[in-house]
Parts: sequence; structure tokens; C-alpha cells
Amino acid sequence: MTQTKAPREQSAQQRAADVREGAEQWMLAYRLMLRIRFFEEQVNDLYRTARMPGLAHLYSGEEAVAVGVCQALRPDDYITSTHRGHGHCLAKGASIDRMFAELLGKEPGYCRGKGGSMHIADQETGNLGANAIVGGSAGIATGAAFSSKMLGTGQVAVCFFGDGALGQGVLYEVMNMASLWKLPILYVCENNLYNEYTHNAETTAGSMLARAQAFNIEAEEIDGQDVRLVYATAQRLVERARRGDGPGFLLANTYRFHGHHVGDIQRTYYRSKEEEEYWKAERDPITILGNWLLEEHVADAAQLERIRSEAQEEVTAGVEFGLNAPFPEISEVTEHVYA
Amino acid sequence: MSTPSVVSSQSSQAGTGQMREVTLGQAIRETLAEELRRDPTVFIMGEDVAEAGTPFKVLSGLVEEFGPQRIIDSPISEAGISGLGVGAAMTGMRPIIDIMFGDFIGLAMDQIVNQAAKVHYMSGGKLRVPLVIRTTLGATRRTAAQHSQSLHAWVSHIPGLKVALPSTPYDAKGLLKTAIRDDNPVIFFEDKMMYQLKGQVPDDDYTIPFGVADVKRAGTDITLVATSSMVQIALAAAEQLAELDISAEVVDPRTTTPLDKETLIASAQKTSRAIVIDEGYERYGVTAELAAVIADGAFYYLDAPVKRLGAMDVPVPFSPVLEDQTVPTAEAVTQLAKTLCGRV
Repeated sequence: MTQTKAPREQSAQQRAADVREGAEQWMLAYRLMLRIRFFEEQVNDLYRTARMPGLAHLYSGEEAVAVGVCQALRPDDYITSTHRGHGHCLAKGASIDRMFAELLGKEPGYCRGKGGSMHIADQETGNLGANAIVGGSAGIATGAAFSSKMLGTGQVAVCFFGDGALGQGVLYEVMNMASLWKLPILYVCENNLYNEYTHNAETTAGSMLARAQAFNIEAEEIDGQDVRLVYATAQRLVERARRGDGPGFLLANTYRFHGHHVGDIQRTYYRSKEEEEYWKAERDPITILGNWLLEEHVADAAQLERIRSEAQEEVTAGVEFGLNAPFPEISEVTEHVYA
Repeated sequence: MSTPSVVSSQSSQAGTGQMREVTLGQAIRETLAEELRRDPTVFIMGEDVAEAGTPFKVLSGLVEEFGPQRIIDSPISEAGISGLGVGAAMTGMRPIIDIMFGDFIGLAMDQIVNQAAKVHYMSGGKLRVPLVIRTTLGATRRTAAQHSQSLHAWVSHIPGLKVALPSTPYDAKGLLKTAIRDDNPVIFFEDKMMYQLKGQVPDDDYTIPFGVADVKRAGTDITLVATSSMVQIALAAAEQLAELDISAEVVDPRTTTPLDKETLIASAQKTSRAIVIDEGYERYGVTAELAAVIADGAFYYLDAPVKRLGAMDVPVPFSPVLEDQTVPTAEAVTQLAKTLCGRV
């Protein structure tokens, strides 16, 4: 399961044209990944300084998957997310300030503070919600794809989940139906190697990719740290699904830089410090894209630094908004139980 | 329905057209057909719902009129179809998911309890789940422990779900229309033994609001609160009691969530005695909740403790002689009512 696909060899001329054409998009991808990284580091800080209730599962290290996939989507395409969902929400267009407000249980949060870190939903950006049940949103995403097909809207649904969800039966139930009925959906498996605190070698038999292939779903395994590759692969699978050619399955190999959640600090019993250091030093998706932008002369170091400080400022302003926002009225506790 | 003194209120939004006799199964089928015609976003998905029309034949003929795009045979995947229903409901459709036997909702419980029930609340009121899950309850069909349970208490327990339990063709039609038009997830339980029960329904369109109990028979001496399959049992008991000069009032809540507490309490206040009869397991069941509501609201009017009759707390056995012991009977209701009225 370690095979990854490299971008095809191209002529120098073709490559230069691709770089020019993609320049704006990759600069945006760089900005979006930094936004997610700084957001997550800020969340970690809020937790460590006891300013945030509950817990949070950080997406740092996996940014290229959310950003690459969401860049392949239309604004009205649907996503469903996971307990490790901040990156998906931001990549699909959620605003930093309302995200922080939600994480802090505040009234201007995306769910009026009722959902919190694990349940952010934002209808306006097509985000049908993060889900705290592993594999829990597989049905919802498939249902959204079903609606798209029934209503003829041309929308595609993307279902993000981790390798842990491969242990959930409902995922296979809905992948079967999606293939039977050629639903416009992309299942994105973010393989970060660990089901919470257990390596997936202990939990997952056989081939991950073959699980999807058994349903006749178009499946690809890629290096999830290369945002350009994620985008190119997702783009192909998304457009294929949109045309009515059936669902796709994208297995993106990635790594979470933090523990399972913010409180998971002592983790040497399940993964080594050396492994973590290797991924941070050699496989950081932001560094990988940044180096490429420099090598291809899309940007210089000063430009990248400017993006970095702007992203940091956005996050700082966002957390201030969240911290200063009011809590919901107590009377809201009984609101929204029923529509 | 053979009881001559039925005074069903057939409440507020009742149809007034020409009445005609249909079975409960027919009432369900024609309601689904009418809603499928009325609203193009309605579709039905489940195991054997199309050509087979389900094992109970309740859906026979629908696929011929509406086609396989809207009457969809699914794989045997209760969790998958329920989850797909939730997502479709969140994105513009009004799915009706058919779970053949109520016993199978265990397979779909995460989708019902953690997804459908919570999406609206967790999203701060932004997302809606106009989903209907139709399923069955009821024993005595000789189908043993995994095809005979009445598990509506499970879902009645969960905030965010609504639960409807029709006991007549008239109620089935009006409640199912309300369920389909409701913007919340509704679990709709049909007693599989009552599909052949006949009753009058009007020709024109009508709905029955949720949370409005129906007095199926008026009385003065004792209140029999009964749900779904147990309404006919209670009505039969009321006939037996009438012969003993005991006037029983039969009240059908029709929905457990929302619950019309006022009508239950008012009836018990009037009669001063109450028995709650429901086919779910008695322990921690619907009878417990309804009895608590009555005890709390009518305490100072009661001449006897509120009593409960539910299914025996055993897995439903296959052998007919054993199975018949497990569900409340009219005779059991009558006997208990006599005791409460001091007529041993």
C-alpha cells in the first residue's frame, strides 16, 4: 500500500505552460493550506491554555488532501467531513471567524455553538457536516449524490473519511449502491496510518484499494502530501462522476502531525518520534508545494513569506472574533430539536 | 371496526368527502400514491418494494405507476438505505425508507439516532431531514424472536425523532400524509397484523396533526390508553366491560412523540382509573412513560394506581402456545380493569 503515482513525465515546454496556467491556483492552494495549518495550531493553543471546551482532532499534516480535492469542486458541490474536519470546512470555503466561534460554543458559530468542533456544517458552501461517528457520514454523502442524480443538478458529493472508517460496514453498503446506481460521488479515504491510537496494519486486512474496486468503483491511490497530484486525480474522478460514469474512490496516503486529538500527547506507545519527525521534515505538504513554487519560479521567497504572514493574521483575527463573540442565549437549548 | 359506540374525533383537519371502506394496507398504499403524485421529490426505497410490493403486498402497483426511478428496490442494507435517506432528505428530496420488519431497525440505528435525529439540532437549525422510515411492529404472526418485536420505544426515546403509530385505516392515512409533509424524521410503525383491518376513509385529502390523541370510545369509569395494535384489544375489552356495566374510555395517543399529554391526563382525571396498553416490552417501555405522565398529571384524581400491560419481557417465542402468552389480550385488559374498579 505504499505505491504512489508521480505526475507523468512532460516536455519542458508543456510543463512551463502548465505552471503558468496553474500559478494562481497553486498560490491559492499554498494560502489555503497555511490557513488550515495556522488554524489548527491556534486550536491546539486554545486547548493547551484551557480556553476551549471539549476536544479537537487536528488536521495538520493532511492539508493537501482537503485543499486538492476541494479545488476540484464547484461551489455548489457537497462535502461531508469527519471528526478531523476543520481542514475540509476551510478548504470548502468556511470562514475562519465563524469556525472559531463554533469551536468555542459561541452564538455566531456555524451551528450557533450547538455542534462544536466535530459537527460543523455550512449549507452555503455545500458542507453537509462533519461527523463524530467514524464512517457516519457515508450514508449522508451518498444520499446527497442520490439527490443530485434525481434532481439533475449536476452536483457531485465528496465523502471524506479516514482509514479507520474502512472498519465500518455502512461504508460498503453505500459504496455498493453508489456503484449500482452510478451516483456522482467521490469517496476520499485519508489514510493517515492510524485508527485513533492503533496502526491500521493491526486493523485492516488486505488491500484498501481493492475494497472499492470490488464494487467496480474507479479507484486511485496517490501521495496525499502532493496537493497538485491530489487535485489532478480528484479532478479526473470528480468530472467522471459528474458525467454520470459512476463513483470514484481516492486513497490519499497522508499523516497527522499531532495525536488523535489535542490531548493525545504521549504517543510513543503507538508511533515513534522518528516517524513523526520524518513526516514533518520530509513530507510536509506545505513545504512540498512551497519548494515547487520556488523551483518553478512561480513565487519568490518574499511572496511566500507574505502569504504566510497574511494567513497568520487571518487566523489571529478569527480567533479574536471567536473569543469575543457572545454565547447563545440559554433559551436556545430547546430550539432546533425539531424543524 | 365492529364497536358501535366508537366516537373517534377524527380531528381538526378531517376530510369531509364521501366515505368508503378500505383496509389499513390499502390506506397506506393510496396515501403513498397520492403523495408521490403530489410531490415529485417523494420516493420510496427499500428491500422488495417495487415489483414484489413488499412481503405484505402493501406497495403493490406503485412501481407500475411511478416507475423504478421512484420505487426503488435496494440491496439488503438497512443502515445504507437509512443513511442514504438522511442525505437525500438533507438535499431536497422527501425519501420514504421501507424497513420491512421493525426488528431490523437495529441495523440502521446509528443512521436514525445519531444522524437523522441530530442533524437539525447540531447544525443550529440550518439543515433539515424530511425523512419517513416506514416499518412494522406486532407479534402473533408466528415469525419468532427476530420478526415480531415492537421497538417503537427505542426511537420514542430520542429527541429529534417523531414516532407515529396508526391504529385504523383513517388514522394511517392522515398520519402518513403528515409524516411525509413534515420537515423532521418520522418513524412510522404499522402493525403487520392489522393490514387487513377495514375502516372508513374519506375520498378527499386530509391530514391528522401529530400530538393529537384520539378518543376511540368514550367512557366514564376507567381509561384504557392503547397504541397501535393494542387499540383493537382495548376496544374489545371495553365491549366486555360494558356487559359488566363498566364504562371504559379508549384513548389512542396516535403519536408517542410528540405526545398529547393533556388528553391522556384529562381522561384519567375524568374516569379516575387508567391502564396503559402497548405491545412493546413492558420493562422501560412506552407503557412506563405514558403511565408516568398520567400519574403525574392526574394524581389527585386517581382512585387506583395506574397499571400497565405490555409485551412480556421475553424474546418472542415461535411456538404459538407460547407466543400467545406474550402479548396483552382483551381478556387480560378486562380482568385488570375489573380489579381496578373493585369488581373482582
